[in-house]
Amino acid sequence: MSRTSALPVRFGPGAVVEVLDLPISGHIRTPRYVRHRRGEVVQFCGCFLNPEQLSVGDTSGPAVPLYRVRFRMKDLWPEHLGDDADSLCIEIYDHWLAAMTTPQQPPSP
Amino acid sequence: MSTTAPHTHDHGDDAGHDHLHEGLVVEDDVGNLEGQQLADALLAVLARRGILSTGEVTLEIQNIEAPGTHLGAKIVARAWVDDEYRQRLLENGKNGAAELGIKVGEAQLVVVENTPTLHNLVVCTLCSCYPRSILGQPPSWYISKAYRARAVREPSAVLAEFGMKLPPGTAVQVHDSNADMRYLVLPLRPVDTEAMDETALRDLITRDSMIGVAQALAPSNTNPV
Repeated sequence: MSRTSALPVRFGPGAVVEVLDLPISGHIRTPRYVRHRRGEVVQFCGCFLNPEQLSVGDTSGPAVPLYRVRFRMKDLWPEHLGDDADSLCIEIYDHWLAAMTTPQQPPSP
Repeated sequence: MSTTAPHTHDHGDDAGHDHLHEGLVVEDDVGNLEGQQLADALLAVLARRGILSTGEVTLEIQNIEAPGTHLGAKIVARAWVDDEYRQRLLENGKNGAAELGIKVGEAQLVVVENTPTLHNLVVCTLCSCYPRSILGQPPSWYISKAYRARAVREPSAVLAEFGMKLPPGTAVQVHDSNADMRYLVLPLRPVDTEAMDETALRDLITRDSMIGVAQALAPSNTNPV
């Protein structure tokens, strides 16, 4: 099978990103608890076919860059009681991320 | 304000997932597995007729769940005794496993290393993604709604219920295995194991320690004098 085309890689480690709240349903892999939240890219994982398309049998691509993004726990859960350094890493596909240039407090849920 | 409507679950996200076990991840609101009643009824009838015993069923469950764990332990033990291997493994988990002749069937393997100041915990909030190639089938608690919801929200409380008290100053890093990566925790090597060789060390490495809900065993726990 020929390799499908891939979308450009927009982020590298250290990039500050915000998770979008896209109005789509189906086989989405972006849980709601990270939407509107701001985190930092820790790894570019490679490009993968979009599961939203794959789940309905569409393998035409293009492949989408996937990143591991780290969030501070206290940014995800305002009531967080643990260590300030507690964090969470999750994989987010490129089209669910917006580039952020200036640090800013995430909006209240 | 968030634009998302209140919701209780994301089961729609699981549609089309190709894992055989996914049918199990259909729970009612109190966390019972759909199909459990059917299985219980069938087991009761078969046991009553003397066709099988509950012990046989337990053994079979272990057979289904057990295969693979030793592969993860083999990887961890090598990383404990060989610093250069550990570095390569952390760089690329799939290649690191392949060096030991272990094929990782999942897309990629990310190995996350516990340190005295950082403890890693793995969960899949959306379904039950798990490094089956090297750990076998996930334990039933791993696919329970309670674990999936709470591990990302109150990991320290979850760890405490597993009997793990982290020393003060140890941060927790949760890994939500939600997409194409799979995760293996590299637990801390227990103290007083300097004299143990790689093969003996494997016995200290439990499934739970490679998910992050336990530490590796102390040597005395496996070799009582």
